[in-house]
Amino acid sequence: MSELGANVVILGAGHAGGTAAALLRQYGHTGPITLVGDEPLAPYQRPPLSKAWLKGEADADSLALKPLEFYAEHQIDFRPNIRAVKLRRSDKLVELSDGSTLAYDILILATGARAIKLPVPGADLAGLLELRTAADAEALKAAVGPGKRLAVVGGGYIGLEVAASGRALGAEVVVIERESRLLARVACEALSDFFRGVHETHGVVFEMGASVTGFVGENGHVTGVILADGRTLPCDASVIGVGATPNDELAADSGLETARGVVVDLEARTSDPSIFAIGDVAHRPMPIYDRMFRMESVPNALEQAKQAASAITGRPAPAGEVPWQWSDQYDLKLQIAGYAFDVDEVLLRGDPASGKFAVFHLKGDQIQSVEAINSPPEFMMGKQLIGNRKPVSKAKLSDLSVSMKEVVA
Amino acid sequence: MAKITYIEHDGTEHVVDVKTGLTVMEGAVKNNVPGIDADCGGACACATCHVYVDDAWKDKTGESSAMEESMLDFAENVEPNSRLSCQIKVSDALDGLVVRLPESQH
Repeated sequence: MSELGANVVILGAGHAGGTAAALLRQYGHTGPITLVGDEPLAPYQRPPLSKAWLKGEADADSLALKPLEFYAEHQIDFRPNIRAVKLRRSDKLVELSDGSTLAYDILILATGARAIKLPVPGADLAGLLELRTAADAEALKAAVGPGKRLAVVGGGYIGLEVAASGRALGAEVVVIERESRLLARVACEALSDFFRGVHETHGVVFEMGASVTGFVGENGHVTGVILADGRTLPCDASVIGVGATPNDELAADSGLETARGVVVDLEARTSDPSIFAIGDVAHRPMPIYDRMFRMESVPNALEQAKQAASAITGRPAPAGEVPWQWSDQYDLKLQIAGYAFDVDEVLLRGDPASGKFAVFHLKGDQIQSVEAINSPPEFMMGKQLIGNRKPVSKAKLSDLSVSMKEVVA
Repeated sequence: MAKITYIEHDGTEHVVDVKTGLTVMEGAVKNNVPGIDADCGGACACATCHVYVDDAWKDKTGESSAMEESMLDFAENVEPNSRLSCQIKVSDALDGLVVRLPESQH
């Protein structure tokens, strides 16, 4: 059913919310659209914050999803610096932080996720940073530079990208990771080892298997990180990158179904037919893996924005996409497609020492996921094969002399 | 500044002014031209900003890098004049550029 004249309110003006607003207009939505964001900026791209932007290779204009005038030109009522505090579903009303209310016919929750804080003494010191927003990135940029000591807590993608950018800006960088290897939750061991080697070559120091028990400071500003073994690592600033948690309280408090995120269907619709949830906050079905989960990635935000905008404007549902993400560190381009669910074999294609290789995660003779370092063909073909479920020949897949176009069994 | 014409697969034309220094992809995305998805925002990581450059403009848009070539090699509906529009920087020399969009970016 098409609802082109419906009054749409979008909570959250990140990549998902901003894209949904623009797509609704692109798809012919004529009703009012209100886009509510708690940051001062109109929707912008977050991925460059830890990469090109931090290194000064991208400016605010290039980060913006759309120029500011776009919203007025397309009758999108963009409201910055404001957040929803309560969702009253029976009244189809949202209460905002400035005391006002917003009525809706259709609500899109795009409230994203927030960085997890370390529950340790000293965690409120100045100089302890996280990286979710442009403001966070500004603070980080001011804190790193030649001779500055940066302690990164968490050896995941954010932590490693910040470490690489920190080194590029001349800072001394130590990465503190609780697990015995980097990217422990998301990547295989070969990739963990490879990344550690590359970062060490660029002068990053690692403290592996190390827990942070607190921070010390002087005059309210952090001066060191205390580890469980009793050592204190001196630093001028520390970035905490230990994961994120969905901003799903608004939904949960209003009685919507949640499960580490707001539960949605393939149209991005929640248990309330008038309410959609998209992006980092959504717990969504992923048919190729026959399960539901929550993803934190731009492609996921875009796909769900498309699903919701299509459902609202009565367009056919978009074709399902294979989840993917990317990371840039130094001169490495890491491209990942799929998720390593139900994997029974991990297969290496190429030699990590060459700086160009791919790791395939297989279930039987089907590819579940691929991690490709400086290897676009492996990523592109791998992504297609994850989507179409065609069986591959393991012998061909591990043989570099066989092109990726010829690996189908 | 350059006037760029984006032609959707169904023939719909969008003529927009794009600032020097932006990419041809950014010119489309910032002006809400449909048909260029640009999932990765210009990191040459996704091949969802695929365009066909009119032959008259092939020289002026420059050579594609090895990374771009190998991404394009696996994109759908690739032609000899295919480019990733995030890798084409806009300059005055591209005033009048015409690019056509494929049926789908995925």
